[in-house]
Amino acid sequence: MFSLVVMIEVLRAAAGLVLISTGLMIIFGMMRVINIAHGEFLMLGGYTVVMAGKAGVNPWLAMLVLAPLVVGLFGVLVERLFIRFFYGRMIDTLLATWGLSLFLMGMVTVLFGNTVTGVSVSLGSVDVGGLRVSGYSFFLIAVAAIILIATYLVLRHTKLGLVARGTMQNPGMAAALKINPSVVYMATFGIGSALTGLAGALLAPITGVVPTMGVAFVAQAFITVIAGGPAIITGTISAAGLLGSVSQLTTFATTPVVGDVALLFVAVVLLRILPNGITGKFFRRSI
Amino acid sequence: MMERSDLLATAAAVLVGLVLMFGLPLYADPFQVMQLTLYVVLAIFALSLAFVWGVGGILCFGQGAFFGLGGYAFAIAAINFGDTTGACALALLVPALAAAALGYFMFYGRLNDVYLGVVTMVFSLIIWKLINSTAGPEWHIGAARLGGFNGIPSIPPLNVPGRPSDQLDPLQIFQLALGLLIAVYVVMKILKSSHYGRVAIAVRENETRAALLGYDVRFVKLLVFTFGGMIAGMAGGLYATYQAFIDPNVFSLEMSAKVLIWVMAGGLSTFLGPIVACIGLQYVALYLAENTVVNSQVVLGGILCVLVLALPSGIIPALQDLAHWSIGRIRIAFRARSEVALQDGAA
Repeated sequence: MFSLVVMIEVLRAAAGLVLISTGLMIIFGMMRVINIAHGEFLMLGGYTVVMAGKAGVNPWLAMLVLAPLVVGLFGVLVERLFIRFFYGRMIDTLLATWGLSLFLMGMVTVLFGNTVTGVSVSLGSVDVGGLRVSGYSFFLIAVAAIILIATYLVLRHTKLGLVARGTMQNPGMAAALKINPSVVYMATFGIGSALTGLAGALLAPITGVVPTMGVAFVAQAFITVIAGGPAIITGTISAAGLLGSVSQLTTFATTPVVGDVALLFVAVVLLRILPNGITGKFFRRSI
Repeated sequence: MMERSDLLATAAAVLVGLVLMFGLPLYADPFQVMQLTLYVVLAIFALSLAFVWGVGGILCFGQGAFFGLGGYAFAIAAINFGDTTGACALALLVPALAAAALGYFMFYGRLNDVYLGVVTMVFSLIIWKLINSTAGPEWHIGAARLGGFNGIPSIPPLNVPGRPSDQLDPLQIFQLALGLLIAVYVVMKILKSSHYGRVAIAVRENETRAALLGYDVRFVKLLVFTFGGMIAGMAGGLYATYQAFIDPNVFSLEMSAKVLIWVMAGGLSTFLGPIVACIGLQYVALYLAENTVVNSQVVLGGILCVLVLALPSGIIPALQDLAHWSIGRIRIAFRARSEVALQDGAA
């Protein structure tokens, strides 16, 4: 039974990686915009839940509806005012979003103070052969699976997904076919931000909400997307699965910090062997 | 070899540095000179990235990691040995080895610019996490407790090599730091205009062409990166001994962001620019953070956003362009006036 619990925990770790990196896989994997402020978008999702909780909103409503909405709109705003000037200039994008990241972190610290705010939602716990597993773990795994399936379906089987993928591949051709690339970029960035906000809100009950909570996730999110490679969904699943198992199994054997180190070490070695990520070599024809 | 004007500029900069090095301790307020030491140390740190990014074209987002490794290596060794001679050597060696190891994975894996940035940043974050979690008494290397987020206090000051009892006073540490800054500046200038520097610049400009000309691009980058890591470590060691204290914030993203901003603001193509920008922006950031409600992160982030948006080539090159432009305008105006005068005379 212990091995079953370990498996559930590994799945939960992988689901966590999927959650924090889906928004980034759209913004970075598809749009090629390196958003260093990704962690701060997560943090804003967390703060949306905190604020909504103070206003008396149902926490589930705040987590699943309000947080993606608020962060998505914020993403659209940032894209229009700031990011759109940097398309095609990767290095400048890096620097600009890093500035944005520090700015957001500082602003939130000024406004809300540098303290951890807890968010409590309870789903009880489930009995697995005498060992108890938090119900929230199952919830996270389910949401991560739903997000992956929904993203796959939208990208592969809807016109919206086709337009988005086409525009990212060749904006000039898309424009010639009466599609406004600028609007597509804005919408895609908004959707990526919304997914990030959702992830931040979902992780808030586990980690607590602090202005610096994004820093803890940004490295893992980037490493997952990069290790995944060009095929964004298959890549995210395979990288999150591999890295999630490595970090969680190491965590069981030692401490969570060593688990983190193991994750990053494996990722760096992986990039030495497969410089284009997992899907640069395997499953090349998937999305 | 350096061009003549470049040689003159370097000589002038070195002269100014030497005058400050020997003059300030004699004439300025000792407390202020001590405070200046921090700026000098950070300027060495700025030079390390100016070399890696400006000459080698390697965008390192985790330069703070090597700075911090240098500082921690110095602190741990100095506390254990009781003498700082070996500690100084380790402050150079540990970051250089770390940079070489990380560089091996990055350059021999042929990661491109953007991935390089992300991987170096991740490297720095992971050390930050690791050191932060070492607060308990079970985490120690020899006699030195790592202290986790509390940092390592009471790091001994530098002493004359081989004589632990002959400790340098704060003014001497200032002179040493400034001397090292001048030395690093000169060495980098010479390296940049040497054969190796030119190969590195060729690799930066066009990797494929440099490779086709028979240069091992990966090895060239590895050397530049390792050298940069070593210089950052030197700055970190000085920082640790100057503050007599070091904490994991040296590994934070803010530290790496700061140095990047200095180099960007100072201009990528120069060494003097980042030094000036480092000192100037540190003053500005300190002033703003002390006198307004916003904190230093807001200021840093704001500066970075504005820089990238408005002045991608840097503040100091932009000022130079402005100066050239206004001199040009004055010349044109002057010439126009004299032409008018000539025409008047002819009429």
